[in-house]
Amino acid sequence: MKKIIVFLALSISIVFASFITDGGYQIGDKAIDFKLKNIDDKTFSLADKKDAKGFIVVFTCNHCPYAMKYEDRIIALNNKYSKLGYPVVAINPNDAVAYPDDSFANMKKRAKEKSFTFPYLVDETQEIAKTYGASKTPHVFVLKKENADLIVKYIGAIDDNTDNASAVTVKYVEQAVDALLAGKEVPTTTTKAIGCGIKWKK
Amino acid sequence: MKFICNLLLFVVVAFLPNISFAQIETTTLEQLQAKTIQPGNDTLYIVNFWATWCGPCVAELPYFEQAAKDTTNKKIKILLINLDFVSEKAKVEAFVKKKNLQNKVYSLNAGDPNKWIDQVDSSWDGAIPATVFYKNGKKVFFHEGDLNQTELNEKIKLHHS
Repeated sequence: MKKIIVFLALSISIVFASFITDGGYQIGDKAIDFKLKNIDDKTFSLADKKDAKGFIVVFTCNHCPYAMKYEDRIIALNNKYSKLGYPVVAINPNDAVAYPDDSFANMKKRAKEKSFTFPYLVDETQEIAKTYGASKTPHVFVLKKENADLIVKYIGAIDDNTDNASAVTVKYVEQAVDALLAGKEVPTTTTKAIGCGIKWKK
Repeated sequence: MKFICNLLLFVVVAFLPNISFAQIETTTLEQLQAKTIQPGNDTLYIVNFWATWCGPCVAELPYFEQAAKDTTNKKIKILLINLDFVSEKAKVEAFVKKKNLQNKVYSLNAGDPNKWIDQVDSSWDGAIPATVFYKNGKKVFFHEGDLNQTELNEKIKLHHS
């Protein structure tokens, strides 16, 4: 009996450990679709956008200075790439209890103030952020539709200068989407950036 | 008139130190690494990456302050590397003064994070806080996320002999 308990405890801890250390998606993985609540109070799925060739999925939020620095650039990405088949889909994964600025009501407010032209979804259970492997805001995943699948093609930062948009030398997301639109390989598939760690629910 | 000018000058000079904020030195990653990665130097260098806007970072700063107080006679140096935007340096200086931080604070100006984050640690994703220990020119500890006082003290004890 004791052995069984030890075995059970061990297997539970292994499952738990593998869940925690699961780094989320790698380049080339199939991404899952989701059903999340949008700021228009309707549910949004990637499958709704039947004409899209892919998606620029951005985990972002209201409160984070890094996310705020990138707001205008996220809007610009959607303005440029939505019509080319790669719309932006923004997801707020933060625990609104820890950051009241990131509440659903404040998401609606911010989207209205900045006239967001893309869905701004709330990941209430944080399951999508965990599955994708988002760790901070902003954190971008570029997905390409291949037959019925959504393949992860780029993970990381929007560009190489958060503080100063006019001093940017490499626009990583644009580079990735441009390559995909041209039927080429993405030159830089993953990048790292400083960001606000996602506040996980306890 | 001259008297008034002199008086003004006197007033400005006399009160300037009181109104100016703690000056924060800017460092590149190379300069930071030259300070902390020193083969043959058995001082334990503790480097903490933080920002004023990062809640968990601000919450753990007192632990680093306390650790420095507890270890004044030992060969330990704590460097607080601030990652607020360089354009907001005045805000950071005011924060450092308000919190009366005794550990040395540097502002990091390292360029493209995609390059320098990996140079600190390849497992680091860029979320802060993050803490790294160096001793004898080698990285002996890296942690992404916050530390409480007990965890920090234990890590210091483990790596400082």
